Amino acid sequence: MIELIVAERCTDCGACIEVCPANVLDPGRGGPPILARVEDCQTCFMCELYCRADAIYVAPDCGRRVAVSEAEVLASGRLGRYRKHSGWDEWAEQFPNEQWLMETVFRRAGEAAAQARAERPAAAKE
Amino acid sequence: MVSSSLEELSLTADVLIVGGGMAGTWAATSAAQAGAKVVLVDKGYCGTSGVTAAAGPGHWWVPPDPPGARDAAVANRVAAGLGLGEAEWMYRILDQTWRTLPTLARYYKFGVDDEGRVNHRAVRGPEYMRALRQQVLGHGVTVLDHSPVLELLARSDGSIGGARGLRRQDGGRSYRIEAGAVILAAGGTSFLSHLLGSHTNTGDGYLMAAEAGAEMSGMEFTAAYTIAPAHSTMTRSMAYSFATYYDAEGRELDLPFGPDQTIHLARALQRGPVYCSLHRLPDDIKARLHTISPNVPLVFDRWGIDPYRDRFEVTLHNDGTIRGIGGVRVFDTDGTTSVPGLFVAGDNASREKVAGAISGGGNVNSAWALSSGVFAGRAAARVARSAARRTERLQPLGRTGLRPGGRPQTLDVAAIRSSVRAEMHPFDKNLFRTGPGLAASSRILEDLWSEVADRGHAGTIALREAASLVATARWSVATAAVRNESRGLHRREDFPAQDPGLAARLLSGGLERIQVALDRPSAAARPGQLEAVP
Repeated sequence: MIELIVAERCTDCGACIEVCPANVLDPGRGGPPILARVEDCQTCFMCELYCRADAIYVAPDCGRRVAVSEAEVLASGRLGRYRKHSGWDEWAEQFPNEQWLMETVFRRAGEAAAQARAERPAAAKE
Repeated sequence: MVSSSLEELSLTADVLIVGGGMAGTWAATSAAQAGAKVVLVDKGYCGTSGVTAAAGPGHWWVPPDPPGARDAAVANRVAAGLGLGEAEWMYRILDQTWRTLPTLARYYKFGVDDEGRVNHRAVRGPEYMRALRQQVLGHGVTVLDHSPVLELLARSDGSIGGARGLRRQDGGRSYRIEAGAVILAAGGTSFLSHLLGSHTNTGDGYLMAAEAGAEMSGMEFTAAYTIAPAHSTMTRSMAYSFATYYDAEGRELDLPFGPDQTIHLARALQRGPVYCSLHRLPDDIKARLHTISPNVPLVFDRWGIDPYRDRFEVTLHNDGTIRGIGGVRVFDTDGTTSVPGLFVAGDNASREKVAGAISGGGNVNSAWALSSGVFAGRAAARVARSAARRTERLQPLGRTGLRPGGRPQTLDVAAIRSSVRAEMHPFDKNLFRTGPGLAASSRILEDLWSEVADRGHAGTIALREAASLVATARWSVATAAVRNESRGLHRREDFPAQDPGLAARLLSGGLERIQVALDRPSAAARPGQLEAVP
């Protein structure tokens, strides 16, 4: 669930409030958006993708709140990594969308499983 | 009722689309291309709402050349569908998907494989939905974000003429849209499992369709489950095709990759925690996982887990009707329902005729969402054009959670949600079903329904969502109790074999009382009529 908006990075553009499909955030009064309804967060990470300031941290934990240290998150280099690896905005040229590889992986897995099945009776005989 | 001093927002449209996911946005584009004035409303934000945005759909994709390829694909799918699929419908969605998807190139940068070929079929969710939103706006569609629908509005002849809802980022201001035709593309429901992106998909479109008089089909097929790291939403299964599993003692489990893997995994999870390692994933894929599915490695990274070396705990999340099959019964690929003026598309519609009794997975489901959206948009635009503009008073159709049958009372919505989850998630209730187990679930769900129907009056989105969840669970459990056999996604421990007499679709419907009936193609059958199951 969303645990942190780093105030010093937030530009108060309002994108996260707008794009959050679960309406978790409210506008702040002269500061970053308020995590008003964290219990409604569906841990989809969409807010991070749309945050050009890389100010948002969503913990992968979906059924429980976790304590998050702003200093540690800032030091970890994790802020903005999802947006970067997705090749959004300024990262477009460096990180291509390789979603098309998905079917190759499934095909290779199927082939590997078939091979394992073919080898199994032979191994059992030994 | 959320009170607001703001004046009601009132709009008119030819076509109103409820839901801005894959099906809704394709429908909006198609209706607008057909010349209709279109309004699209989304509970959240069109572009991030729904299950597509967080995932990576691969569309069912078979080019028309060589001609035998589609015949083979359809024949395979008909056979795999165990008697519930229809070849003609499959041909139609294959063809429409193949024609339509490349037209998004103006807004979506399709991937190019290592041989330099453009791949249209596999797209990444966030970029795809962002592109679909841009396409919709490019066609002049009016989009209302954060505007959940509370109920449909009907004309005096029972046809659907609009909807009413709330603008939740505009002080809870109410809105009302009158339209020539309405397309429900509000998604399916995972019954609040942690399936990625599904938390706002609470089956609202099913309840609203039922209130208008439509029936469901295939609601027993709600037992698809998807693997995820425990405590996470990351139901992206690709990397797990090379997974190795272990029990709590560290013994490797015999869970080979294949169609029955989920069942074996569920059995193992019933015995105790299951751990997983992805060390067998080929190195070239490990190196590119972050540019294939960037949200998959981020979970491990944030938890400090090396999935290629460490063993991490896994779980299964219920896919409900999302990777399952059921939904509103449709009479054509264009989402025509038994209710005049009301169309359904995507997960809101039953997918049995294109998926059969097994999950459509990403492929068939995406092709269905796209093409049923395109077809429905076109059909709704036609209906809206031919519908004479009548100024008549529209009747609101919402009941449960809005207009109680008895003395109103404040209800504990969180408790209702938990109760639905408790019946629809556990493997021993929903995956390995039994007659007595389904009967016990049914009693609990009937009590829940009575409570909401008799007492619920808040008229809030949360209460309507709770009503939708309970309604959908009731249809699912009732239909599963009638299908006394195992077929595809529906598994009955007390009836492990297929019954040839049940190689047919099951309709369900009703709000106060649930009815289930065999869908028999006969000249005498009229849409909207349910017969008793013998």
